[in-house]
Amino acid sequence: MAAPIIELQGITKTYDDGFTALSNINMTIEPGKFYSLLGPSGSGKTTILRLIAGFTNASSGAILFEGQKINDLPANQRKVNTVFQNYALFPHLDVFENVAFGLNLQKRPKAEIKKRVLDALKLVQLPGYANREISELSGGQQQRVAIARAIVNEPKVLLLDEPLSALDMKLRQDMQYELRELQQRLKITFIFVTHDQEEALAMSDEIFVVNDGKILQSGTPVDIYDEPINHFVANFIGESNILPGEMLADYQVEFVGKTFECADAGMKPNEKVEVVLRPEDLDVTTAEQGKLVVTVDTQLFRGDHFEIIGIDDDGNEWLIHSTNPVRGGKHIGLTFEPEDIHVMRFGEKEADFDARLEQYEED
Amino acid sequence: MKQSKRFFMIPYFIWIGLFVIAPLVLILYQSLTNTQHQFTLQNYATYGTSTTYLHMSLNSLWYAFLITAITLLISYPAAYFLSKLKHQQLWLLLIILPTWINLLLKAYAFIGLLSRTGSVNQFLTFVGIGPQQLLFSDASFLLVATYIEIPFMILPIYNAIVELNPALINASRDLGATNWQTFRRVIFPLTISGVKAGVQAVFIPSLSLFMLTRLIGGNRVITLGTAIEEHFMTTMNWGMGSTIGVVLIVMMFIIMALTNDRRKKRREVNDDEEN
Ligand SMILES: Nc1ncnc2c1ncn2[C@@H]1O[C@H](COP(=O)(O)OP(=O)(O)OP(=O)(O)O)[C@@H](O)[C@H]1O
Ligand SMILES: [Mg+2]
Repeated sequence: MAAPIIELQGITKTYDDGFTALSNINMTIEPGKFYSLLGPSGSGKTTILRLIAGFTNASSGAILFEGQKINDLPANQRKVNTVFQNYALFPHLDVFENVAFGLNLQKRPKAEIKKRVLDALKLVQLPGYANREISELSGGQQQRVAIARAIVNEPKVLLLDEPLSALDMKLRQDMQYELRELQQRLKITFIFVTHDQEEALAMSDEIFVVNDGKILQSGTPVDIYDEPINHFVANFIGESNILPGEMLADYQVEFVGKTFECADAGMKPNEKVEVVLRPEDLDVTTAEQGKLVVTVDTQLFRGDHFEIIGIDDDGNEWLIHSTNPVRGGKHIGLTFEPEDIHVMRFGEKEADFDARLEQYEED
Repeated sequence: MKQSKRFFMIPYFIWIGLFVIAPLVLILYQSLTNTQHQFTLQNYATYGTSTTYLHMSLNSLWYAFLITAITLLISYPAAYFLSKLKHQQLWLLLIILPTWINLLLKAYAFIGLLSRTGSVNQFLTFVGIGPQQLLFSDASFLLVATYIEIPFMILPIYNAIVELNPALINASRDLGATNWQTFRRVIFPLTISGVKAGVQAVFIPSLSLFMLTRLIGGNRVITLGTAIEEHFMTTMNWGMGSTIGVVLIVMMFIIMALTNDRRKKRREVNDDEEN
């Protein structure tokens, strides 16, 4: 593990009005990686970025940059740049001058500034817009100028606050590729805020799931998707079937009145738990061969898969993704592997969760 | 629809006609007549050739400039700190309050303060350096004029500063600008509209101050305003008074034109960045 470039240690942020926006945030950011902060509106994502950028002070805790405490370092001396959620472009400057702002302050040679600014504008797909006034740009164009204004400085760490939120699907995907490519080429550390879970899953090396001023879980996209720590994370990241269950013994869980073999262990006998089954892990077979039998309620074609909603005898709804449509017969069977079942304990802390997975999963 | 719109415009047009257009026309007409009510360009010729009037005009401009510069120097920082304070509405009220009081009353108040037996001189005597001649000096004239004009400078600047999006200051600092660079490159350019409005509101009235020049300046400071008063009230040469009025109006238009927002020049990328 490389030496971390940024560390947040026990950060708490209480605003002047007494509202605690963040409580006990711990984060370790390694150089050159792509991190996402994923969470619903108002969860504290922007506040985390503002603390790292230096626009606001932590109420307690330490912020470290390359091992040095920077709590009191003013924003202009921190080696980070920000793409602001509301763009914050300078209205009295045109596009070129906005993007050149940081380089001008660094007193770079004119020719170099011009080249880098025009390159940055090309990267955000706005070549030929250099002379436009900010007021003459659409929202999506302004957002891309904001991205260009930050990346042109090639900082060690780039903080991006929902930088693609105003773009249409096609442009958004293009920009996702461009940003990821740029990040890997220049080895810049990205801390990328989004509430689009697909974007976070697609782009990140590591994701922090934030809710209510706390980090619920952190890990690689695959880890978080396959092993969400609790109901909130399972629901927020991807679609899922979440059912109440009971852990009969290690590797044995009961739900919908049946006992299944599973891959989870380390809980108390007969502990009440929640069980997650991802829709794409459910395979459709005949009613006789199914571990579960459901009645098809609706079936929608989603372009790359069929989305089937089935209802079992107990009245639970099941969401199923299937490459093939169900034909004839409203009763279908569902099968899945023991590894497809993910068991979640109530109120388990991330550290305990990680330790338990480590202990039981390797063998 | 159109009919009724025009109907409601009538009071406005009557107002403009009676109180703006008609006086302007009258002044222009007066300036083109002599004391015998004959048409003449003599007044303008006198104005153009007389060194006294030239001197007075320069004096007016100079004092208006001084008053504006001093007010601006005080008002910008004042407005800036005001925008950071807790009870802004209260502070604003305290600044606006004096403007509701008649100018003459304020002038007499200052005479009371600054006269040989006034409280300032009593204090100076007390500390052993008085009494001094404070009234009827350039300094006292500038002091009182500045005091009177300050609210008209602070208010537009304060409004411009309050409207400034604080995220822009963060953005500037994020890109590496120091406080001073942020001020010079972001805050000041974005509040310049307030400064211009303030300069208009102070410079233009300062051009024709006449009461203060007499009461506080003791006629040591002679401006175009004083000259107009002389011509209308003492020498009864209305033609010459109107001519100076026309000159003042022209000066005001020039100031307005200079301080109005002009369309920003387009810069081609190929050109060298001006800095
Ligand atoms: N200056 C402030 N004073 C008081 N409370 C604030 C302030 N700024 C933010 N908050 C509160 O802190 C919480 C977190 O805000 P933050 O902007 O970090 O959310 P976010 O996760 O970025 O949300 P979004 O996705 O909507 O941008 C919110 O409840 C917000 O109301
Ligand atoms: Mg936010």
